[in-house]
Amino acid sequence: MSDRGLTPAAGHTAPLAVRRTGLEFAVASSGARLFNGFFEWFGSLGIFSWGVLRAAVTPPYEWRELIRQLDEVGSKSFPLVAMAGAAIGVVISLEARYSLTRFGAKSMFPATLVYSVVQVMGPVITGLVVSGRVGAGMGAELASMKVTEQIDAIEASAINPYRLLAAPRILACILMLPLLTLATDACALLTGWFAQSLVEPLSFHQFITSGFNGATFNAFLPQTFKTAVYGFIIGLIACFEGMRTRGGAAGVGRAATNSVVLASLFLILADVVLVKFILVFFP
Amino acid sequence: MATTYDIAIQQDAPEQGGLVPFVAVENVYKSFAEHRVLNGVTLRVNQGETLAVLGRSGTGKSVLLRLIIGLNTPDSGSIHIHGQDITGLALDRMGAIRKKMGFLFQHAALYDSLTVGGNVAFPLEHHRRDLSGPERSDRVRQLLAEVGMEGDIGKMPSDISGGMQKRVGLARALALEPEILLLDEPTAGLDPISSGEIDELILKLQRERQMASIVVTHDLHSARTIAGRLALLNEGNVVIEGTFEDLQQSDISFVREFLKQS
Repeated sequence: MSDRGLTPAAGHTAPLAVRRTGLEFAVASSGARLFNGFFEWFGSLGIFSWGVLRAAVTPPYEWRELIRQLDEVGSKSFPLVAMAGAAIGVVISLEARYSLTRFGAKSMFPATLVYSVVQVMGPVITGLVVSGRVGAGMGAELASMKVTEQIDAIEASAINPYRLLAAPRILACILMLPLLTLATDACALLTGWFAQSLVEPLSFHQFITSGFNGATFNAFLPQTFKTAVYGFIIGLIACFEGMRTRGGAAGVGRAATNSVVLASLFLILADVVLVKFILVFFP
Repeated sequence: MATTYDIAIQQDAPEQGGLVPFVAVENVYKSFAEHRVLNGVTLRVNQGETLAVLGRSGTGKSVLLRLIIGLNTPDSGSIHIHGQDITGLALDRMGAIRKKMGFLFQHAALYDSLTVGGNVAFPLEHHRRDLSGPERSDRVRQLLAEVGMEGDIGKMPSDISGGMQKRVGLARALALEPEILLLDEPTAGLDPISSGEIDELILKLQRERQMASIVVTHDLHSARTIAGRLALLNEGNVVIEGTFEDLQQSDISFVREFLKQS
């Protein structure tokens, strides 16, 4: 095999060698920068998490701010997750009916819908929707406060910004995600049943009885409460990205984008671990 | 006239009458990445005294204030507040020191989700839980009256001018009755009339409260009006410190150039 382009031509040995060395150096230094940046980010996140944890468990507690954030994360996300749940319910209903009819297992429809929604789609969809709405909102709000020195002003007033800003937001996400997941599940089951009953009449009671027949708490509770971990991820990443922003309006935009992208990514990665964990500990 | 060397000699001497200065910055260095901002700064401020820190943009004046209130930490050197070294103090322990200090940010840094009254009440709500609601409201009105803003208590920060925002920022900085007041460019971006009003306000507050104040500014006229002592920073170091007359009599070319251009 020819190695054209790699073998220097006669009379051009030195410049090509120099060029290659330069390219190698550039690649190596970019790699090192990326590597350093990766570990620096995680290191900073660890320090931030420790600061938030310490602030969260020591008095005084910011109850008023927590209630405000519960409303911000919970009540204001409810319509969005309800709509997302409703849409997912219809989609799963249509897809499941088609597939189950093809394989002659139409009687399995209620259980398929219930298990698909409660165990898989409900938690993930809720996490992603909240990550988009709350993650971007929190990231942008805190970033805007950071670039206008409002967070510095809080600190200069002898108030711990971890305690006032980060801890209530993260806690609100942790507490609200399981409740929002229940809302998503309920809406999805309702619209799934409705879509099915339009084609083939089925009472809601019959649908629920058949869907949850033989189900145990282990089948549903861990799946719902794992979203508390999603909430932790969304709140932590959004607060971290927001509170370490630099660089004016561009920085605010970057913080909002990073909050959503990183929270969604880590949420999906965490799901892999959580599913395995649940399968092992809640068989 | 005093040179940097003279000042260093004077400041190494024991405090007069055994008094501990309210703020003592000792040989402080600070860099951001490769850029050295402060290069061995030493300053002291006593009770009832106002020091104006002057210098060109980017010479580290605001960084100096941020170090004093602990928003940044020095690379080396020490900062003492009431004789206590605050360098490297944990956030919660630093909080106790910060309650003794008031800070007016360059752009006021008012909380944009709170009203004017809410901004001034903010430190009281967190640190004066002993005050009842009506007592707190009275205190907020009193503070806003001191800065001539009592009629704007319900307005949002976005609805008032830059000068008014600085007045509100000043009222917020005074809420916890600080012993040390740090002012970052209090007259920057204001018209001459508003600047004069802010200067008069600062003078009035100093007379009434006897705080130790450090004012960072590049406005020589304002510095001369409100401060008894001036320190001129250049390339991260104090070039000269003394009265305005000391600066006028200086032979240092940078000082002469600064005075000429101001």
